[in-house]
Amino acid sequence: MTDPILTLSGITKSFPGVRALNGVSLELFAGQVTALIGENGAGKSTLVKVMTGIYQPDAGDIHVAGRQVHLPTAHSASAAGITAIHQETVLFDELTVAENIYLGHAPINRFGMIDWKTMRAEAQETLDSMAAGIDADIKLKELGIAKKHLVAVARALSIDAQIVIMDEPTAALSQKEIEDLYVLIELLKEDGKAILFISHKFDEIYRIADRYTVFRDGEMVGKGMIAETSQSQIVQMMVGRAVDQIFPARNAALGDVVLEAKGLSHPTEFDDISFAVRKGEILGFYGLVGAGRSEVMQAVFGMTALSSGSMVLDGQAIAPKSAADAVDAGIVYVPEERGKQGVITSQPIFQNVSLPSLKKTSKSGFLRMAEEFKLARTYTERLDLRASSLSQDVSTLSGGNQQKVVIAKWLATLPKVIILDEPTKGIDIGSKAAVHEFMGELVSQGLSVIMVSSELPEVLGMSDRIVVMREGRLVDTLDNKGLKPETLVRLAAGIAEEAAA
Amino acid sequence: MTDTSLHRQLPDRLDNPLRSALLGWQTLLVLVAVVIFTVNSFASPYFLNAWSLSDLTFNFTEKALIALAMALLIISGEIDLSVAAIIALASTLMGLALQFGADTPVLVLIGVGTGIACGAFNGFLVTGLKLPSIVVTIGTMSLFRGIAFIVLGDQSFKGYPASFSWFGQGYVWWVISFELVLFLVAAVIFYVLLHRTNFGRRVFAIGNNDVAAKFSGVRVERIKFILFCLTGLMSGIAAVLLTARLGSTRPSIAQGFELEAITMVVLGGVSILGGAGSIIGVVLAALIVGLVTFGLGLLNVPGIVMTIFTGSLLIVVIALPILFKMWRQRA
Repeated sequence: MTDPILTLSGITKSFPGVRALNGVSLELFAGQVTALIGENGAGKSTLVKVMTGIYQPDAGDIHVAGRQVHLPTAHSASAAGITAIHQETVLFDELTVAENIYLGHAPINRFGMIDWKTMRAEAQETLDSMAAGIDADIKLKELGIAKKHLVAVARALSIDAQIVIMDEPTAALSQKEIEDLYVLIELLKEDGKAILFISHKFDEIYRIADRYTVFRDGEMVGKGMIAETSQSQIVQMMVGRAVDQIFPARNAALGDVVLEAKGLSHPTEFDDISFAVRKGEILGFYGLVGAGRSEVMQAVFGMTALSSGSMVLDGQAIAPKSAADAVDAGIVYVPEERGKQGVITSQPIFQNVSLPSLKKTSKSGFLRMAEEFKLARTYTERLDLRASSLSQDVSTLSGGNQQKVVIAKWLATLPKVIILDEPTKGIDIGSKAAVHEFMGELVSQGLSVIMVSSELPEVLGMSDRIVVMREGRLVDTLDNKGLKPETLVRLAAGIAEEAAA
Repeated sequence: MTDTSLHRQLPDRLDNPLRSALLGWQTLLVLVAVVIFTVNSFASPYFLNAWSLSDLTFNFTEKALIALAMALLIISGEIDLSVAAIIALASTLMGLALQFGADTPVLVLIGVGTGIACGAFNGFLVTGLKLPSIVVTIGTMSLFRGIAFIVLGDQSFKGYPASFSWFGQGYVWWVISFELVLFLVAAVIFYVLLHRTNFGRRVFAIGNNDVAAKFSGVRVERIKFILFCLTGLMSGIAAVLLTARLGSTRPSIAQGFELEAITMVVLGGVSILGGAGSIIGVVLAALIVGLVTFGLGLLNVPGIVMTIFTGSLLIVVIALPILFKMWRQRA
């Protein structure tokens, strides 16, 4: 067996409250495709950022072709022969294809000016060698997404990268374009490049990869040759932990259906989604990132318009045209993008909490600050908010405490249905437990909770029933009784049930 | 883990609001106003006189009325550059109505109504069609004044009735003009609206983060539309006052008013980026602008120099809050 061209060992990277990578290792071999597999949040993206010089690891070594390297900047990573093609590759629409390929390392003539002629010729040569069928002189914006990927690959070739990282390169491509990409990957392999291929889709991995490495919760949990490993073995590795977090035990009696949605459709994002949530129930929504779960929830919350479908809340038909309508009806939404959509960070805690409840705290439209403080105190203290005063700007709080402010804001409106979109994403363990505990408390008080989550333990630990979505469609609605994590992953990724390996 | 028995009582606030107010921008504005007042009274023997001071108020009340509404609009993250053009159009339509024999109540109704209609038009373009307000109102600035020029050419409307002129020239009591009283009443109303009502709270929320405000159930579009209508309304009122004071309408009326109104708003401590500001600051700033231009007038400083002064003031005013913040952070 040949030596790996790139070796990462003992890479550790922590962020405040989260250990994203814990002593992980990875090996890439020349002329081979290695698939990096893991759930959302397993640490794949963090690793890519470490490899491309965007993040600095807290510990660990990186060796390229046997020599230890340090990658303090993105530039040093490309100098070491590492390049990445991202989900949304950073290219420049207004520049020509040739300029995009040679940006940052354009050939220079003896006057120190860019040698345009050589640049164009070489760019065209690279593109032709890939059979890309792209004119190097046209502007990038004239190309479709697939062709842009080709330009990104050409850029990788032009800087003579030995290691090419492809981070979900097929996410936005059609089947035909994906086939073209496979051909290109074969070309890169023949050229002796080592390729790291990140994808959620098992059919792709089995089609193109030679090796695999599986990450789970920031740790490397398995690696080997694809040809020698079955899909179910890999799924097992992805989810195989014991559900190690403790979720509050609940035995709330489920009541009548509170919210029923029928055939919700959107022109592009989702189609024919039907579900119902009962009083005292937590309904989980599981799926891969981009499955359309958040989009469905934002439509239920009135933020985006439906092309068809109907909703019934407590026996009454509703069709919220704005978030304000939804809140008035009794549906509230804790968004995934907390900093942008959830809280107004430059305003104090109490004003964030009282904003949707001003009608209640005010008197004939005039503010009553004492009432606002009272309301804010009642709900933030129920959530054990850690702050020094209620007049503190939300920006000074940690992510977990900001989330508590968002939840407090909605509880104060006394909603019927609360939708939580990735409620514990990016928050510390302690706040996570507080949020989980609180969700249990909410349903026991007769609220209905819809929880969108990409974290398997959370979905399995909290939900009464689980809706699985894939690519904008509802795959299945399952009772959370004796449900195996593997089943959810299979449904979400679209892997057919196979004979046990 | 968390022990619920250890719930600490969260205090409302830690800092003393009185102390932070004393260190604030408004205190600085009061000091500046006092200094300019003192300098003026030494510089000109005619300044310290009840009638001079009364004249002074005519210098800024019309623009300041617009600045009150403009402050709310800028706090919400929008702007209206068409306010002076709204005055021109409203004044022109009043003049036109005068030619058809309209009396004072009808004239006032037309002036104010035109203002509201223009504001609603701006508001529709910004909130309905989702166009950026700076572009929309640069467009309507040309549009509104263009209509005035088409109607009037190089002519002017004259001959407004005396009962109409009272709005711009009349006194409520002794040296206290109708314009000043109207401004003070409007200032109180806008103070209450911005700082004491749900509406004002929502305006601040929108200016700080309109996406999060929308996600919190605030009807962002509706509030912005109302703010454009309010700015139009105040421009319409200013058109009535100015037309009544001048006694005539030319298409070039109120040229440059938008910049002075915006200068007052920004000098008053309203963040040009939205989300922060106060009506007290805007009122103080209006007084300062009035004091300075009137003082320069008493000293026979030519108008062109005053323009240079207003321009410099606008730049200084945008730079000062940044320097002030740096100073506060160090202190």
